[in-house]
Amino acid sequence: MPETEKNNSHPRGFAGLLKAAADAPLIIPILAILTAMIIGGVIIALVGGNPFAAYIGLFQGSFGSLKAISETAVWATPYILAGLAVSLAFKGGLFNIGAEGQLALGAVMAAWIGYALPDMLGVSLPKVVHLTLSVGLGMLTGALWAAIPGWLKAYTGGHEVINTIMMNYIALNLTSFLLNGPMKDPNPLNVSARTPEIAPSARLSPLFEGLRVHWGFIIALLIAVLVWWLLWKTTLGFEIRTVGANPDGAKYAGINVKRTIVLTMALSGLLAGMAGTIEVTGLNYRHELGFSIGYGFDAIAIALLGKTHPAGVVLASILFAAMRNGGTRMQFLTQIPVDIISVIQALILLFVAADAIIRYVYRIRGSEEKLVLTRGWGG
Amino acid sequence: MDWKRFGFIALIIAVLFTIVVLIGGKSQPAILIISSMLGTTIAVATPLTLGALSGIYCERSGVVNIGIEGMMLAAAFFGWLGAIYMSSIFGFQALPSLLVGLLIAMLTGGLFAALHALLSVTFKVDQIIGGTVINILAVGVTGFLNRQLFFEKGSIFGGQVPHGPGTFTTIYIPIDKAVNGLCGLLGSDCSVAAKAASDVLSQKPIAMAAVLLVVVSHYILFNTRWGLRTRAVGEHPKAADTVGINVTFMRYANVIIGGALAGLGGAYMTLESIASFEPLMTNGRGFIALAAMIFGNWTPFGAWSAALVFGASQAFQIKLQLFRELIPAQWSFLQNAYVVGMVPYLLTMLILTGIIGKNIPPAADGVAYEK
Repeated sequence: MPETEKNNSHPRGFAGLLKAAADAPLIIPILAILTAMIIGGVIIALVGGNPFAAYIGLFQGSFGSLKAISETAVWATPYILAGLAVSLAFKGGLFNIGAEGQLALGAVMAAWIGYALPDMLGVSLPKVVHLTLSVGLGMLTGALWAAIPGWLKAYTGGHEVINTIMMNYIALNLTSFLLNGPMKDPNPLNVSARTPEIAPSARLSPLFEGLRVHWGFIIALLIAVLVWWLLWKTTLGFEIRTVGANPDGAKYAGINVKRTIVLTMALSGLLAGMAGTIEVTGLNYRHELGFSIGYGFDAIAIALLGKTHPAGVVLASILFAAMRNGGTRMQFLTQIPVDIISVIQALILLFVAADAIIRYVYRIRGSEEKLVLTRGWGG
Repeated sequence: MDWKRFGFIALIIAVLFTIVVLIGGKSQPAILIISSMLGTTIAVATPLTLGALSGIYCERSGVVNIGIEGMMLAAAFFGWLGAIYMSSIFGFQALPSLLVGLLIAMLTGGLFAALHALLSVTFKVDQIIGGTVINILAVGVTGFLNRQLFFEKGSIFGGQVPHGPGTFTTIYIPIDKAVNGLCGLLGSDCSVAAKAASDVLSQKPIAMAAVLLVVVSHYILFNTRWGLRTRAVGEHPKAADTVGINVTFMRYANVIIGGALAGLGGAYMTLESIASFEPLMTNGRGFIALAAMIFGNWTPFGAWSAALVFGASQAFQIKLQLFRELIPAQWSFLQNAYVVGMVPYLLTMLILTGIIGKNIPPAADGVAYEK
């Protein structure tokens, strides 16, 4: 946070406390969450529910027991990876709305390698090889899928916002085609669009006996550290951030801007693809149509809430995971539709994006550096 | 919009139509296939046309709006909700219920647009992020209320979707009678041509309004004082401000007009096309509309013609389903709805590559104005 002029004569009381807290880096996100929860509570009350009961249910469902915590971690795993994917693109000045499609195709590839490769080769593979191939090729699929809009942006000027969204719909059609056709689970009892189960050699182990949380959560945390290292400790990361902050300046400084744009998108897709592969190898052991609906858009909110910093992304992911996971319990206890969570999340995003509103409401001075994405269309 | 672009668009549409005629020609006269496909093209292009016009008003005044998708979705839901309230709670007839729904849809679009204007003009939030907020908010609000009102037992509708007022009906234009009468005078039979003309021209009201609004918007933008001022604040707000144009007001007003147009596009989905609401039913059409706006170089006629390309690719899909049995074996991939379903999205990406000349946005598009 840049230095703001210090006002030594803090007024006493609540306002004074707020003024003192205003310099803390997390104050805006926390107030944004708080404000969104209050408005969410008002909406719940308006539709005839009890907001306190709802939020208690939400908390119970997300952190109230060992099983609840495990499930929250299960939800957080793809959120962290997809959130990192969107954040990385943001750092490079690109808006990857296509995490959804990259994730789905990564999952399809991981599932295919997971169930079909042993049969094709005619041998059972050791876990190290099979799991690595499954996750690795899934990630590559995501990277390639994201590199296409990256290339289009760099070399034709086609805006990545529209292209990544179009590729989401193409990915959805492609996945539907594959899961209803050539990759459909041949089990005669199966009526849904899903792949067969992957071989045990392509599965990530659970962390604890009896709980669903798996090694993917630990991997996701490690990847967050890795992304931080990449962005702030390597030349490539410096180039990505420079292109994101000022493409003209980057060009002047001798950075290959076009190459960096393609690479940024590919890395972003790599992470999104990983989110998909981890869901398949660690949790579902197959890919099923419709399981990933909404991850991509949640990832955008997570990236913005986490201020596109890996540590922030991890925290925001755990918060969103807790809300998604606890929402089911809340709906069960209070009959408030779980969709209220989407409303609250949208409000959080609104207040984080428009921090001016929060600053105005809570009388907080100063301003942070802003994310600049709108650099014109087509061009 | 230059003739090269119009030619490119005509070429794509011609290719799509030719494929369908080649397949379906065995069962129907080609002219009837073409006319009914043209009628469908104009109808399904409606939300895209309106969405693109919405984008044009916003961006000509200097505000990038990627929230059109969300505005349409919210308008589709609230318009539909309003119509259902009118018909099943207050017991109104179908037409007044639908008209109230239409009004509510446009107000909803305008309201969401006002939020977008507040974020981007007043608070100077990055406009792409502001639009994303609108999109996510619309998904959340419509999903929540849809479930709360129609799938919870204690709600006003008793946990089920009531029988709504249906959709707007086709406005019959007696062109077929005119053609037949004319041919009768000449002593020849042209009932096929008469039916073809009627297929194309007889449309539902929002579809007709959309075409009319293309013409009106062109006139407003390029022949009125309002249009000149709008373009001035979008190209060079400082200069506009200097000569006394209120930049903030012009941007708010145009974004809200755009929102109301997007709302009309949303109304098409639940009040004219089908009589029900599904979560996420906009299906990316708000974004395709933006692509149409870009390809049309921010002009109403250009955007409309690009919207027609996407309309044609949807009509292509619909007709292929109809002629499923007639598709020859070597083209069997055309039978797969998922494969054909990719066509509009692929066309959008192709068009955005700028293969036909450069797309030039308004100079101050997406830049908040600092005095």
